[in-house]
Amino acid sequence: MKVLELHHLKKYFATQRAVDDMSFSIDRGDIFGLLGPNGAGKTTLIRMITGIFYPDSGDIIFKGKRFDPLNDITRIGYMPEERGLYKKMKIGDQVMYLARLKGLSKQEAAKRIKIWFERFGMESWWNKKVEDLSKGMSQKLQFVTTVMHEPDLIILDEPFSGLDPVNANLIKDEIFNLSKNGSTIIFSTHRMEQVEEICDHIVLMNTGKKILDGTISEVKQDFKEHIFNITVDTPPFSSDYFQILDHTTGNWRIKIHENIQPNQVLNEFIQRGVQVVGFNEILPSLNDIFIRLVENTATARAFQTINEQ
Amino acid sequence: MNNTLLVISREYLTRVKKKSFLLTTILVPIIIIAFYAAIIYLTVKGDDSSKSIAIIDDAGLFSQTPKPEKSKLTFTLIKGETEKSFTEKYKNEGYEGFLYIPPFSLDSPKNIVLHSPSSIGLSTSFEIDDLINEAVVNKRLVAQGIDINEYNRIQSKVSISNSIDTKEGSKRGVAGVAYGVSFACGILIYMMMVIYGTQVMRGVMEEKTNRIAEIMVSSVKPFQLMMGKIMGIGAVGLTQFGIWLIMIFIFQITIPLFFPSMTNVSAAASNIPTEELSGAAGIMEGLSALPLLKIGILFIVYFLGGYLTYASLFAAVGSVVSDDQQEAQQLIFPILMPIILGFVIMSNAVSNPHSTMAVFGSLFPLTSPIVMMGRVAFDVPWWQIFTSILLLAGCFFLFTWLTAKIYRVGILMYGKKPSWKEMIKWVFRKS
Repeated sequence: MKVLELHHLKKYFATQRAVDDMSFSIDRGDIFGLLGPNGAGKTTLIRMITGIFYPDSGDIIFKGKRFDPLNDITRIGYMPEERGLYKKMKIGDQVMYLARLKGLSKQEAAKRIKIWFERFGMESWWNKKVEDLSKGMSQKLQFVTTVMHEPDLIILDEPFSGLDPVNANLIKDEIFNLSKNGSTIIFSTHRMEQVEEICDHIVLMNTGKKILDGTISEVKQDFKEHIFNITVDTPPFSSDYFQILDHTTGNWRIKIHENIQPNQVLNEFIQRGVQVVGFNEILPSLNDIFIRLVENTATARAFQTINEQ
Repeated sequence: MNNTLLVISREYLTRVKKKSFLLTTILVPIIIIAFYAAIIYLTVKGDDSSKSIAIIDDAGLFSQTPKPEKSKLTFTLIKGETEKSFTEKYKNEGYEGFLYIPPFSLDSPKNIVLHSPSSIGLSTSFEIDDLINEAVVNKRLVAQGIDINEYNRIQSKVSISNSIDTKEGSKRGVAGVAYGVSFACGILIYMMMVIYGTQVMRGVMEEKTNRIAEIMVSSVKPFQLMMGKIMGIGAVGLTQFGIWLIMIFIFQITIPLFFPSMTNVSAAASNIPTEELSGAAGIMEGLSALPLLKIGILFIVYFLGGYLTYASLFAAVGSVVSDDQQEAQQLIFPILMPIILGFVIMSNAVSNPHSTMAVFGSLFPLTSPIVMMGRVAFDVPWWQIFTSILLLAGCFFLFTWLTAKIYRVGILMYGKKPSWKEMIKWVFRKS
């Protein structure tokens, strides 16, 4: 089942086509990576999904029905990149306030706060103020306030920035947990290694347009360069099937020519009596793909005049 | 619970729970009362240091050294000096000033000069004016051959008393008290509008600088957030006002216990129909003649109307500036202008409550809360009150509708302050 479907979503500002004809859909329980360079339009897109902005045109379908910001936002949890909490307010009161704004009753909110605070070891924070917390602590608090109401859709913008590895793992485990329990997660970041580790499905956008859409393995297959690593005892020979790129002791990186199957290469090695210890394909990292796709576009968006309204 | 109610209760509780709230609620009126008491005391008492003034009387105005009663001034007649020669000496001889009276014709005395090392006080100046006027009058009486005692007997000093006739019967009005109450109400409403308006602005700026605005608007509509804040802070204002009323009530009950003489005088005063009332008794009498309940109710109505009308403007300012106080100041200025204008009209309206200016000011919604409070003690026609409340309510809805559009864009913008042109564009853009 699709939790979220976007159809030809557009949002133009006075000088930018912030989101320009964006369509994709996300399955329930997916961890979805929304990627893109700075200024690609991710925040604008997210703000439309969270009901903060109205799209200029296009449709948002949330859980099979047209997105109705008034009622549906209680089913969404959003953690913006710019974290924000009331600095002078007591943490307990604050979490309670944010939870109740999402439609929880007082008793229900109190119960869930207790569970989450225990899980994250934050019981002693109740009467402290946010200004007393370190950056990492307030990050954890922010995460708790985002997922407290068990939303169907959780949007996390750079959730790991400012967290040490221990706390980052804690949050990561919770993200997997939430997804297992049926929440769908949109995860926006620049850190590609985290995306590879966490996400099932990604969309890459640049200058307001979608330039990539698929599961991580699909994307990697699409962008593979037929580069293999072969571990052998004797140096390989030159062949019509491949060319040698570089090598370290015992390991050679080879690029197989177009229309040649890996088995043909392996066969040739075996027939020549070379002892093959290892043979595996090297897929491009998301980082490489990202850079390759985005590199030749302008690093920053130019301001332009937009006449259409 | 409705989200707007949640926002209202947060805004209200976080402010009321602060220790500073209780402190200011109790301290501010005490400070204000003490401040005004000090001013009144100083004005009445004047400069309490005695001054010696020398007089060089070339006109022969004073036949003997004047010794005015109840005065801090002592005068000395100096002979054998000129204005020029004495100007250099009087300080060394221990005089705070000297009065030079040149020869003049009795028909038009002029060119009388008081020399002093620094500017003289207002009360000293008045006292010397009176002294000279009295001397001139005496001289003229003598010149006309009129007996001075006869003249004093002919002179009249009447002060009228004002009977206010209502359905409940006649009450004696005291113009000064109505004036004082009107002015106090006007000032209070002015202060509360500015103080709570700025609180709204600060609250919005806090949400912007703490970057919680984006989280909030992913839970509540910007309009709910803005109205919740405005209403919550307005409720804080009403609470404060309520506490003040209770304080006044307690004072009213307890003060007579400490100063029993005051109530006696007040009771006695109503039996004295014609003699002039003075002091506390007069104030009590004057207060009881005023429609206090009506004033109280209208105060709350106009506080709410004025506050709500301006609060949305303050919220819009808060939403477009970042944490730069100076930017905020620049934008507040045009908002404060009509409030200050209202204050000026009000200061005038308390003396002339039915002048065209006062009537206009109390109908025009941007000034009406302040100006009308300056007039209500003087029996304003009901049609004016209703018209002014209607206009105020209309203005409130218009402003809220317009500013909400600026607010919802501004609250998510960081960095550069938008120009007026951009803000106007936001207002007229269809959402």
